[in-house]
Amino acid sequence: MAEHVSAANDDQPLLVADSLGKTYGRLTACRDVSFALYPGEVLAVVGESGSGKSTLLQLLSAQLAPSAGRVSYRMRDGVLRDLAALGEAERRFLFRTDWGFVHQDPAQGLRMAVSAGANVGERLMAVGWNHYGRIRDTASSWLERVEIDTDRIDDAPRTYSGGMRQRLQIARNLVTEPRLVFMDEPTGGLDVSVQARLLDLMRNLVSELGLAAIVVTHDLAVARLLSHRVMVMKGGRVIETGLTDQVLDDPREPYTQLLVSSILPA
Amino acid sequence: MNAPAYNFAYLDEQTKRMIRRAILKAIAIPGYQVPFASREMPMPYGWGTGGVQVTAAILGPQDVLKVIDQGSDDTTNAISIRKFFGKTAGVATTTATNDATVIQTRHRIPEAPLHGGQILVYQVPIPEPLRFLEPRETETRRMHALGEYGLMHVKLYEDIARFGHIATSYAYPVKVNARYVMDPSPTPKFDNPKMDNCPALQLFGAGREKRIYAIPPHTSVVSLDFEDHPFTRYRFDAPCALCGAGDSYLDEIVTDDKGGRMFVCSDTDYCEGRQSAGHRGSESAVPHKERAHG
Repeated sequence: MAEHVSAANDDQPLLVADSLGKTYGRLTACRDVSFALYPGEVLAVVGESGSGKSTLLQLLSAQLAPSAGRVSYRMRDGVLRDLAALGEAERRFLFRTDWGFVHQDPAQGLRMAVSAGANVGERLMAVGWNHYGRIRDTASSWLERVEIDTDRIDDAPRTYSGGMRQRLQIARNLVTEPRLVFMDEPTGGLDVSVQARLLDLMRNLVSELGLAAIVVTHDLAVARLLSHRVMVMKGGRVIETGLTDQVLDDPREPYTQLLVSSILPA
Repeated sequence: MNAPAYNFAYLDEQTKRMIRRAILKAIAIPGYQVPFASREMPMPYGWGTGGVQVTAAILGPQDVLKVIDQGSDDTTNAISIRKFFGKTAGVATTTATNDATVIQTRHRIPEAPLHGGQILVYQVPIPEPLRFLEPRETETRRMHALGEYGLMHVKLYEDIARFGHIATSYAYPVKVNARYVMDPSPTPKFDNPKMDNCPALQLFGAGREKRIYAIPPHTSVVSLDFEDHPFTRYRFDAPCALCGAGDSYLDEIVTDDKGGRMFVCSDTDYCEGRQSAGHRGSESAVPHKERAHG
């Protein structure tokens, strides 16, 4: 049933940003950002550090109140609603059910002192699951999906390697089958082979589950592998946007050309 | 009054008024932690400064006070608090659960059923049940406000994952009046069911943390659990060595360095009551018998 409804709504945007801006006094972190994200679409936001990427992500995920403009999200009932008009309880509920947020530093997104199973199960318990056996089965099936040995379900993530932590964070976010996932530099700080494996995993999960995702990254390779569309930011503005291949292979703006040409040849 | 230098029950009337207001608010919102301006008391934190302030605020000249510490009427903490109020308020004190109108307790609920008109005052060290899972007080308050209690089950989940059962044996989290999750102070979980629909008023005072909360009479108190791992009480599987009781909460007492031990009721009033009614356990002393030394 749910698939039918979402299929029928595929031509309607999931998330709409409308001339978003954020200023801190005279400092402008982000200005006049507008776009629409459709179900199942992966959007990469690229740019150098300080370009406003992370601020934008926080605005979109309603963790920060915008100074100008607004963000609307299509709820599961099909109604597009302004995030600022949602109550705090609704917003927090959205955040732990219909949304996921993958932090660059897994310690921010995980509870490092409780077991991996409980980390994955927390969202389920938050929406009222009350059967230990079922929570544990679901947690272990998710660990399998993100290629973590299920023997380690009772170990705390602080005993995990960096790559495992990041995969655990993804499992923890996807267990409630969200429709939209925000990712902030998901591969930052990982070595190249681990990055490749993680990217492969994320690409599969995103296409399997039909997730929409907004990925903030400074790594153009990540953008190329994961995303359908790219937005290039500089100085708080979006300077170029388009299909990933088009932007990365045939950049129009001088700054984008600089970014693309700055990639070290492998 | 023996000590006219003090106001009745040590605290000044304005302070009592402030504490009573907090208590009234706590009763109006069962399980909600009400902040109050906790005072310095002539005892160290951790010795019951919160409980003493609550008791001082509700005590009247006609009240009969009982103080227990881990169920016992004759430990240092219980005796000194009882004497404190005997001296500063001149109220009658008792060790009999049935005769008391106010019972201040640390870590136990008496075995004898409480009745309407009684007030049970708990000394609470840490009022916040979510503290060790979420250290930010701003965040835990928000979670209480929005009723987000998934995290509480994370703790129980961890117990089962590690030990195969819910191993939390004291300070076992409860849901009060189907709304607020509350830490019932470090009472053993054996006592949790006694809180549910209790005819007596239950007040909780945390002096260091400056919080008061309450369970009004006849309020539902449900211990959290999982469907497939339901809440169970825990009790040592033995009768009391002094009175033979098979239903009371027991303390384990080590008697020598060879592994010898005995189990006795933690509620001394209950145990003595049973002994004077003629019940005997395996270790009961035979009265007036001198031990021969060789």
